[in-house]
Amino acid sequence: MARSLIHIAALVVVAGLTFAAGATAEEPAPYKIVGDGIPESLTGAPGDAARGRALVLARGTTCILCHSGPFPETRFQGDLAPDLTGAGNRWSVSQLRLRLVDASHFNPQTIMPSYYRTDGLVRVGRNFTGRPILSATEIEDIVAFLATLRD
Amino acid sequence: MSHWRAIVVAALLATAPALRAGEVPLEARRSGYSFMGPETRAMQDDDTANPGMLFVLDGESLWTKKVGVADKACADCHGDARSSMKGVAARYPAFDKTQGRPVTLDQRINLCRADHQQATPLPYESRDLLALSAFVAHQSRGLAITAGDDPQLKPFVAQGRDLFRQREGQLNLACTNCHDDNFDKRLAGAPITQAQPTGYPLYRLEWQTLGSLERRLRSCMTGVRAQAYDYGSPELVALELYLMSRARGLPMETPAVRP
Ligand code: HEC
Ligand code: HEC
Repeated sequence: MARSLIHIAALVVVAGLTFAAGATAEEPAPYKIVGDGIPESLTGAPGDAARGRALVLARGTTCILCHSGPFPETRFQGDLAPDLTGAGNRWSVSQLRLRLVDASHFNPQTIMPSYYRTDGLVRVGRNFTGRPILSATEIEDIVAFLATLRD
Repeated sequence: MSHWRAIVVAALLATAPALRAGEVPLEARRSGYSFMGPETRAMQDDDTANPGMLFVLDGESLWTKKVGVADKACADCHGDARSSMKGVAARYPAFDKTQGRPVTLDQRINLCRADHQQATPLPYESRDLLALSAFVAHQSRGLAITAGDDPQLKPFVAQGRDLFRQREGQLNLACTNCHDDNFDKRLAGAPITQAQPTGYPLYRLEWQTLGSLERRLRSCMTGVRAQAYDYGSPELVALELYLMSRARGLPMETPAVRP
């Protein structure tokens, strides 16, 4: 819990600093960790599961580089990470949201990127600085899709 | 532990820096070749099918071509490359006394051009530089990599190791996360290798051309959405040196073919 508070504080500070420097709306907005999840939608609205599915399958989103899942149309799936089949059984929506926002919250050594984070990163490429990998809307769409993955 | 293993381990401890957690043990190190399909292997093995050999042939003619204000060819100083360049690439990057730091084979070629041929440097990834370095490295094909033995290189090998283990980029991944911890697994369907730099410069089917080890490292950096280090930067040279010392004992394959 202490860690998440520090995290929120850091995010607020980062957001404030870059706002002052004229950053775009792409900066991550503050969010609140409760227990082992983020109960509230990052956008305040529910995500769109169909868009979420398309996002998970898009290479640029990077999920499929490491994960496989119930995606018969895609041959190129990774095996560095658990199969996503049944993820909606194993995890609550709140946990899935935190997993995408900051997987290192569950496992500090994880190789899974934190998709909604801009702090504590090293040598981020010029085209990617100051914005998270995914937007709040994209994360909500993916969370909505993952929640439908039930065995 | 068998005697044989004990000897290997003892030799390792005596000659090489101690193995750190996560590093691939010496006897388990494998070239990218062993991760490829039979067709790509056959292409590398057959000199008449290996597109990298065209660059080696180009390099052979550049070796004897007089250039620069000094109007000298590489061959005027080094003679027959088959003997004078044998094993040279296997120990690069090597410590340069004047510079006080390691230089890559590409940098050595350009230092020779500047100092002995009084010619302009060849740009990184230019056809002539790739051809010359492929020709020189080809003279080591089949010989064991020995890079990193010089004690003066120690701090630079350590710097390279640190860079290999440093998470970076928007995806926050280190080289070691893929190439020590997850080789033999698949990234979007493509096998991940141990990143052993045995075959450079090599022909990559994806590139449709020969490319340097630095080009490969820069594309892995871009892949994790990190700011890639510049060609010839001390960081890339240190990484290259660490990778070569990590591949110690594996045979050189230049010009290799990779998917
Ligand atoms: C670089 C590798 C990598 C990428 C990219 C990645 N993940 Fe993961 N993911 C992992 C690993 C490894 C785990 C296992 C737990 C851990 O180490 O955190 C995991 C765990 C998960 C889990 C829990 C799995 C379960 O059911 O136990 C979910 C859900 C998940 N990831 C979804 C995603 C989504 C969605 C994306 C893309 C937006 C993504 N991951 C991108 C590596 C990755
Ligand atoms: C997310 C995974 C990932 C990360 C992180 C990564 N690489 Fe790679 N690397 C690959 C893949 C995939 C390939 C292409 C297949 C192969 O050769 O392994 C590759 C290829 C290579 C090769 C070519 C091996 C050969 O046989 O020619 C080298 C060398 C290499 N990487 C070094 C590095 C270094 C150094 C870093 C860190 C700066 C790094 N990689 C980071 C996935 C990664």
